Amino acid sequence: MSDVILETDGLSRTFGALVAVDGVTLSFRRGQVHAIIGPNGAGKTTLINLLSGELPPSAGTIKLRGRDITRAKADEVSLLGVGRSFQKTNIFQSFTCFENCWLGAQSRLPTSMRFFRPASVYREVEARARRAIELCGLTHRCDTPAGAMSYGEQRQLEIGMMLATEPELLLLDEPLAGMGSEEAVQVVELLKRLAADHTLILIEHDMDAVFAVADLLTVMVNGRVLETGTVEQIRASKAVREAYLGDEEGGGH
Amino acid sequence: MPRTPLPIYVLLALGAVALAVYPLFGDVFYVRLVAKVMVLAIFAMSLDLLVGYAGLVSFGHAAFFGVGAYATAALIAKAGIADMAIILPVVLVAAAVAALVIGWFSIRTSGIYFIMITLAFAQMLYFFFHDLPFWWGADGVNLPRRGLPRLAFGDTVILDLSDRTVFYYVALACLVLAFALLTIILRSPFGRVIVGIRVNENRVRALGYNVQNYKLVAFVIAGTLAGFAGFLEASRTAFVAPAHLSWHESGLVLVIVLLGGMGTLYGPILGAFVLVMLEDWVSGITEFWLLVMGLFVILVVLFLPNGIAGLVSTLAQRLRPPKPDVGKPVEREVEAADV
Repeated sequence: MSDVILETDGLSRTFGALVAVDGVTLSFRRGQVHAIIGPNGAGKTTLINLLSGELPPSAGTIKLRGRDITRAKADEVSLLGVGRSFQKTNIFQSFTCFENCWLGAQSRLPTSMRFFRPASVYREVEARARRAIELCGLTHRCDTPAGAMSYGEQRQLEIGMMLATEPELLLLDEPLAGMGSEEAVQVVELLKRLAADHTLILIEHDMDAVFAVADLLTVMVNGRVLETGTVEQIRASKAVREAYLGDEEGGGH
Repeated sequence: MPRTPLPIYVLLALGAVALAVYPLFGDVFYVRLVAKVMVLAIFAMSLDLLVGYAGLVSFGHAAFFGVGAYATAALIAKAGIADMAIILPVVLVAAAVAALVIGWFSIRTSGIYFIMITLAFAQMLYFFFHDLPFWWGADGVNLPRRGLPRLAFGDTVILDLSDRTVFYYVALACLVLAFALLTIILRSPFGRVIVGIRVNENRVRALGYNVQNYKLVAFVIAGTLAGFAGFLEASRTAFVAPAHLSWHESGLVLVIVLLGGMGTLYGPILGAFVLVMLEDWVSGITEFWLLVMGLFVILVVLFLPNGIAGLVSTLAQRLRPPKPDVGKPVEREVEAADV
């Protein structure tokens, strides 16, 4: 199984009496788009927070490329080539679009403990930032303060900042959250482009988007993995229909 | 990212020239007062690096100011050393070590806890100097003016800080250098990271930066510069006392930063000037001058949320003709993104 990039074993996280993630054992294969779906409160975002080092797990292990990263902090996980975008837009509002991506790109310098030369002399950082802006389709917004951009553009920047760190594995927490259908189409296109040379772990509520880009789906309910399979398998699964998809037909969630 | 508009630099350069020629015609009392302000301005700038840029509201910054002053006093009064080539390195190392130790604990907290822990450390140091017999007790110590720091090359004395005119120009040069140094640091990759930490610490961490390390380094830089200001203060007054580390002093310098405008390096300079000059003026008019000062601070905080610097910046922007393409988001030069 050399093509497994990330795997979890019995991963759990509790908040007081609440078990948010409950014994999740999953493996994610290199080059695939693996979507995680499930009703609200299923523990999807908590799972991403565990994988990205934002939260320490209560139990279980996480291995990245075979190496144990269970205790790694968010910054360490990022430096290992794991990028992460947030469900709630988490950008630097007062910075321009370019400055946002710059900070992402600069994190790939061997160190930013450099005090005397202006940041702008680091051309490789600038090149990385520009590539990321171009990839996420915001070139025309380069010098616009992030806070002044439209919501959809801020969501694109959210992904762009992550791309500026040139990650191999992307953890995307609802990249389409709150987007209009036109904007959503653009981001789905972006996800498809990224899928060509990245591994994606994707949380998303928009089922059309998920079915369009995902190679593999995992359904989570109440912190547990209900089922993992291809789009067809999940669509055909009776358990899933009852727990989740059926839910939607019966009036939404 | 905060940018300093060009007219501000022009004004600052004019201000530096004005300070340079002031002693030629100025009243002796006010020349000395300006020297005091310049030392205070360096101290306040060092705090602004923490409060205005890294988002770390320290309420114990006087600790490093005091450590710098006491290190200077110890070398002069206990060891009879006046050579700046010895005093300065000792002062800087002492302040840096103090900042490293206090910072190492403090940056593990944030918000109100950070304020409290820095205050607590500063109070501990206050009583360390206040209570230990070695440090001359509550009344402090007067340093012999002839023993004040000097820089000599062989037998030729180049700088003698006991000469008030020499001190004035040394303080001015240090103010300019400190401003330049902090400007350079803030433009560096390090500067970008600490500004990012203030705006959105969580995201900076997610992008792969060890936030704690960057905060600690910022804390040490600020503490070292504050220690340097303490060295200047001891040399200026030839007097060192526990009051240098008191929480009043930490509060005063914080007020200067707020008043002047945090997150701009020239703000603390303006704040120091306005506060000291106003204090001098008002205390000459009424014995209730502290009340008036308090009212002034309240008014500035209420009506000038970006401090005096914010007001100056707005006025300076008006001096420039408005750009025709404002509001039209177009690609501009890379340089536009520089701080």
